[in-house]
Amino acid sequence: MTDLTKLTLTEARDGLAKKTFTSTELTDAFIAAIDRANPAINACVMTTPEHARAQAKESDKRIAAGEAGLLEGLPLGNKDLFCTKGIRTTACSKILGNFIPQYESTVGQNLWNAGAVMLGKLNNDEFAMGSSNETSAFGNVVSPWRRNGKDGKPTTDKLVPGGSSGGSSAAVAADLCLAATATDTGGSIRQPAALTGTVGIKPTYGRCSRWGIVAFASSLDQAGPITKTVRDAALMLKVMASHDSKDTTSVDAPVPDYEAALSKGIKGLRIGVPKEYRVEGMSKEIEKLWDDGIAWLKAAGATIHDISLPHTKYALPAYYIVAPAEASSNLARYDGMRYGLRVPGDNLTDTYEKTRAEGFGKEVRRRILIGTYVLSAGYYDAYYLKAQKVRTLIKRDFDNAWANVDVVLTPTTPSPAFAFGEKTGDPLAMYLEDIFTVTVNMAGLPGMSVPAGLSSQGTPLGLQLIGKPFDEETLFRAAQAIEDAAGRFKAPGNWWMKG
Amino acid sequence: MQVDEATVRRIARLARIKVTDAEAKGLETELTQILQWVEQLGEVDTSSVEPMTRVVPSAMTMRDDVITDGEMASAVTANAPMSEDGFFVVPKIVE
Repeated sequence: MTDLTKLTLTEARDGLAKKTFTSTELTDAFIAAIDRANPAINACVMTTPEHARAQAKESDKRIAAGEAGLLEGLPLGNKDLFCTKGIRTTACSKILGNFIPQYESTVGQNLWNAGAVMLGKLNNDEFAMGSSNETSAFGNVVSPWRRNGKDGKPTTDKLVPGGSSGGSSAAVAADLCLAATATDTGGSIRQPAALTGTVGIKPTYGRCSRWGIVAFASSLDQAGPITKTVRDAALMLKVMASHDSKDTTSVDAPVPDYEAALSKGIKGLRIGVPKEYRVEGMSKEIEKLWDDGIAWLKAAGATIHDISLPHTKYALPAYYIVAPAEASSNLARYDGMRYGLRVPGDNLTDTYEKTRAEGFGKEVRRRILIGTYVLSAGYYDAYYLKAQKVRTLIKRDFDNAWANVDVVLTPTTPSPAFAFGEKTGDPLAMYLEDIFTVTVNMAGLPGMSVPAGLSSQGTPLGLQLIGKPFDEETLFRAAQAIEDAAGRFKAPGNWWMKG
Repeated sequence: MQVDEATVRRIARLARIKVTDAEAKGLETELTQILQWVEQLGEVDTSSVEPMTRVVPSAMTMRDDVITDGEMASAVTANAPMSEDGFFVVPKIVE
């Protein structure tokens, strides 16, 4: 039999429908792959093989009975930010310790109701704060990709898989699951997708319910999938998205059949190219990638239009007020009283302070302190309110652009994947990883990263598509055109597989 | 904005996070650097701009004012560091 783990999500779906293999066979193949790969990749912080096999068995029964759901029998990874009933959920923080949720996230429940199989919980930056998966309490996730040295030969440098959804991107890129859940507050789906040659979409704010997802910055957080192909992402998002009365910011709007949109093509689609994204010091290869993307979309029948999004440069500094402010408020709940870690102190305040000092990692503490500062007495107007006003202007830039274009095309990241430790010394250098993605969260728009080429070091690069609110369908159509032209990108070899 | 050690300590106290002397020194520099960087927002004229509150304009939905769950003390306290008979056990706060 061919290696089942190499299949895409939609290929596996079609194989199950044709009864070429069973969900149990498929699931066992992934369980074996994770066993062999996880010591090197560290994408899974917990594997749930018994749970997966039980779900697969039920799926095989439903397939035999002709009652298959949209994701019936398909093994997925679930980011450890999604609460899983009866299965440890930590947000990869020590402060949650051995937290066992008593409920399932709505996005997760949608997946299991559609028949999906959960292989385990995936690593991420602690509380989703990071762009390299170097802040997880469970250690770094290692990308299956390796960069070439100056001599053109592969090095053994350990590269970051991006973050915060680094476990999701690495697991999908290394064929350890068919697809994975992820979340995106400032680029945490799209940046890791770009750095690993995978597809990632952050839908419009409100498209997916945030209920049961550990909160980072509530006005920015959105769930979405990381997958091997554009078609796979279309299938995943269709199931993940829903209106949910448990999240008042989730929107009561019909969820289209995104997969059906893929065949519509992009003839006549108007593509905007914002000049403000040609940032100083942008590498030649990123510029070339962008030009390639423009040429591909043009060749597929789209028209190209220069646009201006004048407030782009203010998105990142505004984000680093809004996100820490909301995080400091959200993370106030971790006080050692009701769940998670408690470090006894001399009195109540001392207990709080010791618990939070020991439970939170360095980057999370730094962001809570920034957030506390900008929200402290006398500073609210100068920082948070100012940033929220700048956000209005960022959104207005896009509103103006939509008069002339349907989709915006940009690079996803300013540079290719880097090695561990290369950016950890300087918080600002790490924050700049999100320079092209964060505007999308600030404006609440849907954004998608599609693999588009390789860097001179042989590592993947992505292009980002930005759409109108709730117009994910058009993003999928444009993304398909890029994928058709660029092809797919797989990490060479299988150095990460042991035994 | 220059963040000094006293400010770091005040903020850390507000955030209920203990910082060591060495950490406070490092945070002085880091927080100063980050706050100076965000100060570029001052260049933007926002005098006639409303702050963004919602991404897509929509009215807040109201649910029916009815009891939808309850009687689940054991589930609520299941992850408590200390609990007893469906109550959280916490450090003494009144002397």
